[in-house]
Amino acid sequence: MSAAQRKLTRMIKDATQAGQSADSPRSGQFAVAALRHVTKRFPGIVALDHVSLEFHAGEIHVLLGENGAGKSTLVSLLAGMQQPDEGEILIGGAPAVIDSPRRSMDLGIGAVFQHILLVPSLTVIENLMLGGSWLRPLGRAATLRRFEELSSLLGTRIDPDARVSGLSLGEQQQVEIMRALWRDEKLLLLDEPTSMLTPQGVADLGRMMRRLKDKGVALILITHKLLEAYEFGDRISVLRLGTLAGDIDPQRLQTMSEAQRTESVIRMMFGAAPGVDATPEQGHEEELAILLGRKLPRANTVDRNKPATLAARALATAPDFAETPLHEVSFELWAGEVLGIAGVDGNGQKHLAEVLAGQRSLRQGRIDLAGSDITQGRVPERRQRGVRYVTDDRLGEGTVGTFSVATNLVLKEIGAPPYWRRGITDWELIHRSARETILRNDIRTPSERTPVGKLSGGNIQKVLLARELDAEANVAILNKPTYGLDLHNQRLALDRIVAAAARGVALIVISTDLDELLEISDRIGVMFQGRLAGIVDNGDGAGNKVRRLMTGAAAT
Amino acid sequence: MNALFTEPFLVSLLFGAVTAGLPLLLAGLGEQISEKAGVLNIGLEGMMLFGAYTGFLATYSTGSFWLGFLAGGAGGMAVALIVLLLCIRRGLNQIVIGIALTVGAEGLTSLLHFVQFSRTYPRLPAAPVLALPILSQIPILGKGFFSHHPLVYVSWILVAALTWMFRSTYLGLSLEAAGNKPAALDAAGVDVVRTRSLAVLATGFLAGVGGAYMANVGAGLFVPFMTGGAGVIGIVLAMLARGRPLWVLIGASLFGVSVAMTTALQVAGINVPTDVVQMLPFAVVMLVLVLFARNSMLPPALGLPYVRGER
Amino acid sequence: MTTESEIGAGPQATMLRVLIPVALALLVGGLILLALGKNPLDYYGYVMQRSLLRWGGFQETLTRMAPLLLIAAGLIVAFRAGIWNLGGDGQFLLAAVTSAALAPVLIGLIPRGLTLVVCMIVGIGVGALWSLIPAMLKARYGVNEIITTLMMSFLGTSLANVLIKLVLRDPDTTVPQTRSLPVDGRLPRLFDTTIHCGLVLAILAVILVHLMMTRTAFGLKLQVLGANRAAAIHAGLRVERLTIVAFALSAGLIGLAGAVEVLGVWGTVRADWNPAFGLLVVPLVFLARFNGYAVIGFTLFFSALMVGGESAARRVGVPQHYVLVLVALLLLFLALVEYLDQSRRKRIAA
Repeated sequence: MSAAQRKLTRMIKDATQAGQSADSPRSGQFAVAALRHVTKRFPGIVALDHVSLEFHAGEIHVLLGENGAGKSTLVSLLAGMQQPDEGEILIGGAPAVIDSPRRSMDLGIGAVFQHILLVPSLTVIENLMLGGSWLRPLGRAATLRRFEELSSLLGTRIDPDARVSGLSLGEQQQVEIMRALWRDEKLLLLDEPTSMLTPQGVADLGRMMRRLKDKGVALILITHKLLEAYEFGDRISVLRLGTLAGDIDPQRLQTMSEAQRTESVIRMMFGAAPGVDATPEQGHEEELAILLGRKLPRANTVDRNKPATLAARALATAPDFAETPLHEVSFELWAGEVLGIAGVDGNGQKHLAEVLAGQRSLRQGRIDLAGSDITQGRVPERRQRGVRYVTDDRLGEGTVGTFSVATNLVLKEIGAPPYWRRGITDWELIHRSARETILRNDIRTPSERTPVGKLSGGNIQKVLLARELDAEANVAILNKPTYGLDLHNQRLALDRIVAAAARGVALIVISTDLDELLEISDRIGVMFQGRLAGIVDNGDGAGNKVRRLMTGAAAT
Repeated sequence: MNALFTEPFLVSLLFGAVTAGLPLLLAGLGEQISEKAGVLNIGLEGMMLFGAYTGFLATYSTGSFWLGFLAGGAGGMAVALIVLLLCIRRGLNQIVIGIALTVGAEGLTSLLHFVQFSRTYPRLPAAPVLALPILSQIPILGKGFFSHHPLVYVSWILVAALTWMFRSTYLGLSLEAAGNKPAALDAAGVDVVRTRSLAVLATGFLAGVGGAYMANVGAGLFVPFMTGGAGVIGIVLAMLARGRPLWVLIGASLFGVSVAMTTALQVAGINVPTDVVQMLPFAVVMLVLVLFARNSMLPPALGLPYVRGER
Repeated sequence: MTTESEIGAGPQATMLRVLIPVALALLVGGLILLALGKNPLDYYGYVMQRSLLRWGGFQETLTRMAPLLLIAAGLIVAFRAGIWNLGGDGQFLLAAVTSAALAPVLIGLIPRGLTLVVCMIVGIGVGALWSLIPAMLKARYGVNEIITTLMMSFLGTSLANVLIKLVLRDPDTTVPQTRSLPVDGRLPRLFDTTIHCGLVLAILAVILVHLMMTRTAFGLKLQVLGANRAAAIHAGLRVERLTIVAFALSAGLIGLAGAVEVLGVWGTVRADWNPAFGLLVVPLVFLARFNGYAVIGFTLFFSALMVGGESAARRVGVPQHYVLVLVALLLLFLALVEYLDQSRRKRIAA
């Protein structure tokens, strides 16, 4: 734990003790739902450890925490997907057993999950009709009426007969929210709702949440983004590794002006002393960085007088139904440089990564590596020239879960020396090398023969990084390298990336975490609807420029 | 070649096509229900064969054809029950279980037939025919299409009923959700396992009735292994029909024509060896698959067991 | 079905995982016989005696192993690569018919050894060719190969019949069949026995396939393809080409089985002959977890069952199709035991 993090924990504990505890009654308010000493265990981890929380009507209660803190488990408990091992859940003051999604709905709880749970091939209205008793005829009129009601409540404009697959992610989410509120639910759970939205979509969501709050709905907003937490939250609870690390109640949040609130929240939560005339935006970006354990942006050491290592010109790919294709993407990349690629998920990043790696063919355009045209080659040819690709889909694509760590480490070199001679496998050598690699990279595994699927997410990522960022790497593309990792492993991954850059590797890091990109990148490019909306040099104000580009506006 | 377009040939062809096509139609419709819900029934052939046997046994013992069809349906459902228990409720590999059920049905029905009928090889009397008033008077078409056992007419109504059911009932929506995105169905509060179980049982019933028809009406007797690939054709029909029962009817009719070709040709006085004509349906299937390979769309959740809480 | 070698699965556990399904299948199969009024002990006893305990019967058992082992080798290749090659019957028959037709012609022109080799190569080629359409449909368009191989199998069986009855028919016989290959033109016998050397070839093939899968780059590539297709693409493997090659290899081995069976045992192919080994070998391959050496053991056991079962119809009143019931039960119990074992493992880990 870094010094900043230790301070954080201490400050939160103080703040909690100074303020009122979560259990004491408040006049005029009642808890729509409450958790009392709830514990949930999974094989190998304790996801929630004696957590007690209350959720009140007309209040947006933010649950804040990093990945693995237990937030999603809490949501699944309330939504009826899992049951607690210990403790109890109270709805409207009475203990309740929520053993199925149906039961959760009957109890007045509506949930909107991180991954859209709509049937893509059905229309909006058909999705909303799902769940009706099989023996009754379709009640389209009644459903339509309710749809109109909720549309005006939420302020949305969606065609009920549109097929879900044709809607934008933001619109799909709106339909999900409608479904969650269908039966006048009193409690609405939103699990990381902004991860797929544009800044405009986030603003819309915020407005919608306030309207619901005014109507008396109790809202639970799960997020790991501090900014959102104190932009939308009336009450903030911090979860860390399955326990409640701290709680900040509405009284304190409300009695301050916006600037004061921001400063005090930081001070109370993180202990950093705010400057008297520091503008909130500038000041807190740096402070945020520090308290999350991040280092300041790297110094720029790239020599741009030499020719570029990688040059991409007018790249375009054919559309396919899953991902956005590329249009006219051009950029250059120098040795030792980290080019960050920012942008809301699904704006062409996947195609970009696959095209550079050789996994996807170009419809148009050309790629040059160290001066020669490599456009025609596929994965084996690219790899030979030193191009490496760390995929975001670690178990689905990056490794074969049932194969050993050792086999996975050589997965992309099957048939090549030194592990293969005339087609015969030298298992001895493969296992020996694997043992060395495991030691060198601190991969936690019982043995090199352990199936890689049994390792934790962080260690699987270490395997991938060890495999790709090897001595012969020239250019490396990393897609969401820290996604789903705990803080410690995130730091490790970022350190390895920076170390590779120092060695002279040219790196492209695709990420949805802007803070992370601001830390390690020399330049940041923004993907928007399959185009490279712009490339920004990292430095003061880079964050804002990038955010503007992400909305589709041109950078000023 | 004039013999080809005479009345006897055409009537024989059309009549034979309907008779041969009906089991394929029922099997295809049944499989369509399962596939929609995300279940790949490789054991369809086993369901048909077992239904053929139980149906034959029932009609042989009672003399009633309707009872035979019911018994056939029950037999098919019994096989489907195993799929339900092992694959839907427990998540065992659908392909392995499917192969096991087909091979098992082949073995079991041969065994049973050997024990009961190998010495006697009984035949059933011809099935009762309901000639539709007025319609059966139409030249050629009347005798070809409208002079069959009433089950045929019921099956046409079934095509319409299923078309309506898929798109306009809660059940239809649930089936589509189960095959497309079961997590969404679960989140909407509908039991995915129950939905799929119902689908599989319906498939077993329809396949069993189809098999019983094949034995009782089509052949008039039971011969071990008599379904000879009909179940597989049923799967192909469902795959290519992309969720529309009408296409299953069209496909089944086309294959029915190719199966009925032999007898029809014999009636026309043209002697083409049986084996050549026997190849026809399979050759047609392969041709269709090659031509329309790109168009066969299967639901994304096909063959994958649903476990709540798993991504 | 998992095929990974699991660490910590001791030899006892593996033994049990294999023996329990077999025992259960035999048990339940016996119960079915009882229900039909037959004595299972009589049946099993007869089968054991006929096929294992008598020298003549034992030789038959070993002879029967030849085609089964070759098919098993072919299935190992396919299943490991994630390909459900269920078209074995068609591949087997067409290869058998072509070799049967070719051999008597060649035997008059070139020495026996060469004839046999040529006919076997032709058998491999025909089998592989018959898998080409399903292979391409799967490689290019992702069409489910279960359907296509099954269709091609039915097509192949009918085509074989057409060829026998119309094209390749021996004019001198009453029963339609291909011209007979004289006994001294067939595969030579091993030493003093009635077992032809095709058995040696088959055992070699299984062992070679096993070594290929476990010790060569090509084998590993196939395994990657079968385990995780997306990972295979990611790793830069040429997935389309691998699919077609795996298919061809698998079907070629099955074709060889057909050729060997004709050249070694029958010398001719009669119309409507279809031993239908293709699906019967499937559970054996799974039981052996795709291990070549284990497959040999299981094939011996199964071969005995088949040989004994074939004459059981007359002696004990149980038709040979009863073996199909045993095959089905084996598959079912195998899947069940696998599943129970996996969930037990998950519970322990929790």
